[in-house]
Amino acid sequence: MSTLDKVLDDYSAKVFKNRKAHLIEIKDDTQEITANARTIPGIMTNRGCCYAGCKGVVLGPLKDVAIITHGPIGCGFYSWGTRRHKGKGDENTQNFLEYCFSTDMQESDIVFGGEKKLRQAIKEVVEIFNPKSVMICSTCPVGLIGDDIHAVAAESEKLYGIKVLAFSCEGYKGVSQSAGHHIANNGLIKNVIGTGNYVPKKYAINILGEYNIGGDGWEISRVLKKIGYDIVSVMTGDGSFEELRNAHVADLNVVQCHRSINYIGEMLKTKYGTSWIKVNFIGVKSTIKSLRNMAKFFGDPELIQRTEEVIVEEIEDIKDDMDYYKEKLMGRTAALFVGGSRSHHYQKLLKDLGMSVVLAGYEFAHRDDYEGREVLPSIKIDADSKNIEELKVEKDEKKFKVYLSEEQYEELKKEIPLDYYEGMMREMDKGSIVVDDLNHYETEEFLKLLKPDIFFSGIKDKFVAQKGGILSRQLHSYDYSGPYAGFKGAVNFAKDIAMGIYTPAWNYTIAPWKTEPTLEGTVGGEA
Amino acid sequence: MLDLTPKEVSERKALRINPSKTCQPVGAMYAALGVHKCMPHSHGSQGCCSFHRMYLTRHFKEPAIASSSSFTEGASVFGGGSNLRTAAKNIFDIYDPDIIAVHTTCLSETIGDDLGSILQSITVPEGKYMVHTNTPSYVGSHVTGFSNMVTGFIKYLSVSTGVSNGKINIIPGFTNPGDMREIKRILKLLKTEFTMLPDTSGVLDAPMTGTYDMYPKGGTKIEDIIKLGDSDLTLALGDFASEQGASQLEKKCCVPYKTYMLPIGIQGTDDFVMELSKFSKNEVPYELEEERGQLVDIIVDSHPYLHGKKVAIYGDPDTVLGLTRFALELGMIPKYVITGTPGTAFETSAKELFDKFKVEGCTAKAAADLFELHQWLKNDKVDLLLGGTHGKYIARAEDIPFVRVGFPIIDRYVHSYMPMVGYKGAMRLLELMLNALMDRQDRDCADEDMEMVM
Repeated sequence: MSTLDKVLDDYSAKVFKNRKAHLIEIKDDTQEITANARTIPGIMTNRGCCYAGCKGVVLGPLKDVAIITHGPIGCGFYSWGTRRHKGKGDENTQNFLEYCFSTDMQESDIVFGGEKKLRQAIKEVVEIFNPKSVMICSTCPVGLIGDDIHAVAAESEKLYGIKVLAFSCEGYKGVSQSAGHHIANNGLIKNVIGTGNYVPKKYAINILGEYNIGGDGWEISRVLKKIGYDIVSVMTGDGSFEELRNAHVADLNVVQCHRSINYIGEMLKTKYGTSWIKVNFIGVKSTIKSLRNMAKFFGDPELIQRTEEVIVEEIEDIKDDMDYYKEKLMGRTAALFVGGSRSHHYQKLLKDLGMSVVLAGYEFAHRDDYEGREVLPSIKIDADSKNIEELKVEKDEKKFKVYLSEEQYEELKKEIPLDYYEGMMREMDKGSIVVDDLNHYETEEFLKLLKPDIFFSGIKDKFVAQKGGILSRQLHSYDYSGPYAGFKGAVNFAKDIAMGIYTPAWNYTIAPWKTEPTLEGTVGGEA
Repeated sequence: MLDLTPKEVSERKALRINPSKTCQPVGAMYAALGVHKCMPHSHGSQGCCSFHRMYLTRHFKEPAIASSSSFTEGASVFGGGSNLRTAAKNIFDIYDPDIIAVHTTCLSETIGDDLGSILQSITVPEGKYMVHTNTPSYVGSHVTGFSNMVTGFIKYLSVSTGVSNGKINIIPGFTNPGDMREIKRILKLLKTEFTMLPDTSGVLDAPMTGTYDMYPKGGTKIEDIIKLGDSDLTLALGDFASEQGASQLEKKCCVPYKTYMLPIGIQGTDDFVMELSKFSKNEVPYELEEERGQLVDIIVDSHPYLHGKKVAIYGDPDTVLGLTRFALELGMIPKYVITGTPGTAFETSAKELFDKFKVEGCTAKAAADLFELHQWLKNDKVDLLLGGTHGKYIARAEDIPFVRVGFPIIDRYVHSYMPMVGYKGAMRLLELMLNALMDRQDRDCADEDMEMVM
C-alpha cells in the first residue's frame, strides 16, 4: 500500500472521497490537485478565517494605520502582537503595532446594531491618536446583523478629513484566510494605491507580499538598497499608509508571497502598466537568482554589475557559516506545512543545506500556487468563494506607464518569471507528497510513516510533533527568531535548525529505567 | 514603547484599547480540555478555533486540541446544524474521543442555532457523550466561557442517585495545571475524598515520552462528573469562574455549595484548609502547618522590601482579587486593581479588601483595559506590576518591575507548572516579587550603595 493509501484508508467513504483529491504523490508535471475548497467540519484543520487573512495578514503590518476590529473582543485580542510583522515608527510615522483597537461589541450591540458604537469608536481613535488613516475590519456577527460599516467609514472620512476604509472580512467568508487577502487587496487598490505623488528615482520597485516577519523585509531591503534600488513601498511589512499611496509609480513589482498579493500585482499591471516578477528571497541560490532577474528586467549594465558585486560580497560574508551548517544538516529530511507560500520558498533554502523534502503542503493556497499560473483559466470558483468580489480595474490613462516595450517584454518573458509563477509542485522530487489543508490526523499519520528529521509547521502542530520526538520549527513565527530571508537570514535559519536537531534533550526522552533493569538480584545475601 | 499613549486620560465610551480579557470560547475550550478523553468543539467559523488553540498552546507550550464546525457563508445564513452533525460523525470516526464538548461563538449565537435540538438529532456512538454550552463572545469574557462550560458538563452529565458518596467537589476556577495539582495535594494531605472539575493537570502539562498522545492521562473522568451529584458539598473557588457550575449542581442534584476566593496568599489558603478540615473532620497535618509557618517566616524576614510598595494588578477577576488580598497581607498597597471582565462584584469585593486592610487611594475597576491602566500609571507610578504577558509593554515603557502571573503568559516558560495557590504558591509568588524588586535595586543603585547582603 502506498503511503497515501495508508493514510486515506481509515477515513469513512465520504471523507475519503473528499480528501483523496487534496493529496498527491508527485509523479510528473501534469498532476492536478484540489485546493481552496471548504474545510470538512470536525477534521481539525489548521486553517484560520477571512478576518485573519485581511486584518491579521495584509492590513495589520501597516504601522501608521489605526485598525479597529469591529466585533466582540476575541478577534482583535488574538491578532494583537501575535504575528511578528515588525515595524518601526519615527518622528513622522506613528507606530500602532503595539496597540489593539476594538469596538468590543456587547449583547446590546448585537441586538440594536453596532454602527453607533463604531462611529463613536472612530471618533475616539481620531481624538486620542490623530492617525493618518483608520481602517475597520468586520468580524462574523457584523455581516449577520447588517451593520453598514462602509457607510460609517464614508461618513467618518468626510467628518475627519482622513482616509477611513472599511473591510467586510467576516470570518465565515470564503473557506480560509485566502478570502481575506483578496478583500484586503481590493480595498487597498481601490482606495489607497495611486493617491500619492512621490517622484521615483532610478530602479524604483515595490516589494509585494513581504510582511517583515522577524525582520525578513529589512534584510531583503538592506541588500536591495545596497545594490541601488529605490524601494517605493513594501506590502506590507514595516509598511505605511503614506508609502502605499505611491506604489503606482514604481517600475517593477517584485512578488514574494504570490498567494496573498497576486491580486494587487495583477491590478497594478492593468491599471498602471507595472510588470511584476515572482521572486524568492528565501535561500541563497534563490536570492541570487531573484536579484539577477530583477537586474535583467532593468537591463542596465551598471545595475547588473553592481548586482554581481553585491552577490560576491554577501556570499563571502556567509560562506563559512553556510558550509559549516551544511555539513551538520546534509542528508536530513523535512516536511513542510505552512500557509500559502513558505512551503515552497523554504524548499530552496533546505536544498542549499543539503536537505530533502518528503512532504509539503499549504493550508489555503489555490491550484495556481501548487501547479503554476497557467492553470488559472481552468480554475472554477465554487459556491463557497463566489461572493468574494473579483475587482475589475481599468487602465488609468494619466498614470499608466510601461517600462519595457512590447517586444522587450515578450523577449524577457522567456528568461525571467514576468507576471508568472510556476507553483510549488514543479520544485518537488518524484515520490514526495503534496497535501492541501493538512489536518491533525494526517499530520500524525504522515509523521509516523515518513519520519522526517524536522517538521516545519505552525504553533498548533509544533508540540504535537515534538511530543512524538520529531523536531518542529515554526515557519510562521520562526519560533521568535529570524530574519530567515536573504543572505544573513539563511545563516540564522541554518543555525536554528542545527541547534534544534543537536539539542541534547532529545537523548533523554526515554527514562533509563524503561530500558535497564534497576533491581539487581543478589546471590546468597551478598551484594 | 507605547509612545502614542497620552498621559491625559480621556473618557472612552466605545473604543476598547489593549484589552485585559478575551472572549468566551477559549475559556470553554480550556475547561473542556480538563475532562479526560474530551474533544472541545467550536461551533462557528474555524478562525475562532484556530485562534483559541493557538493561545492555549502559546500559554502552555503544549498541544491544545479542538475541532470546529467550519462554517461557510451558506451555513452562516441558513444555520449550522448540518455542519455540526457532519463534524460529530467525523470526530468520533477519526479522533475517537469519549466525549465531545461543544461551545459556540458569536457567529452561531447571532444566527441563533439551537444547539440543544441539534445535539438531540445526532446519533452519538454507544458509550460516548456529547454536551454543549452557549458561549456568546459578546457577553462577559473568557472567564465567563470557562464558567459556562463547567456548567454545561454538570447540566448534561451529573445525576443524583440519592446515596451520598461522601466526597467534596472542587471547581478550581480558571487556574493553571500547576494550581490544580497544588489544590489536589492539599486535599490529599487532608485525606479528603474529592472530585475536581475541570482538571487540566496531566493534560496541559503532560510529560515528554517520545509518543504523542492525543488524550493524555489527565482530566476529570466522565464517570466522576456523573457522580458529582452524589457528593456532600461543592467548593467553588473563585466567584466568577466557579460559582455558576456549583449553583447548577445544587439546583440539579441538591448538592450544597460554598464559594471561596481563589486560595492565594495566607488567608485564602487558611480558609480553604479550614473548610476542608471541617468537611473531612481530619486535623490539619503538620506538613501543611510547617509550610504555612515557613511562608509567614519568609514574609517577616523580607518585609522591608515589600512594605508600603505600590502595586498595580490586572487580569482575570478571581485571580486579581486573590493577588490583591495577598499584596495587602504583605503590607503592600494595591494602588490599581483592574480586570477586563465586566461585573460590579469585582469592584465591590476589591473595595471590601481595601477597607479591611485600611488602605486608601486605591482604585478598582471592572471592564477596564490596559490602555487606561497605563495612563493612570503615567500619572502616578507604582513600584511593581503584576499580570499576564501583555503588561510587559507598560513595564518597559514606564520602567516598572514586572511579575508575570495569571492568563495569558505567552512569553515565558515553566510558569504553568508552578502554583500561585496554597502556601507553596504564595511562597513562589513572594520569591518572584522579591526578585523583581531586588533585581531592580541592584540594577539602579549607585556603585557605592551596592549591597552584598540583602
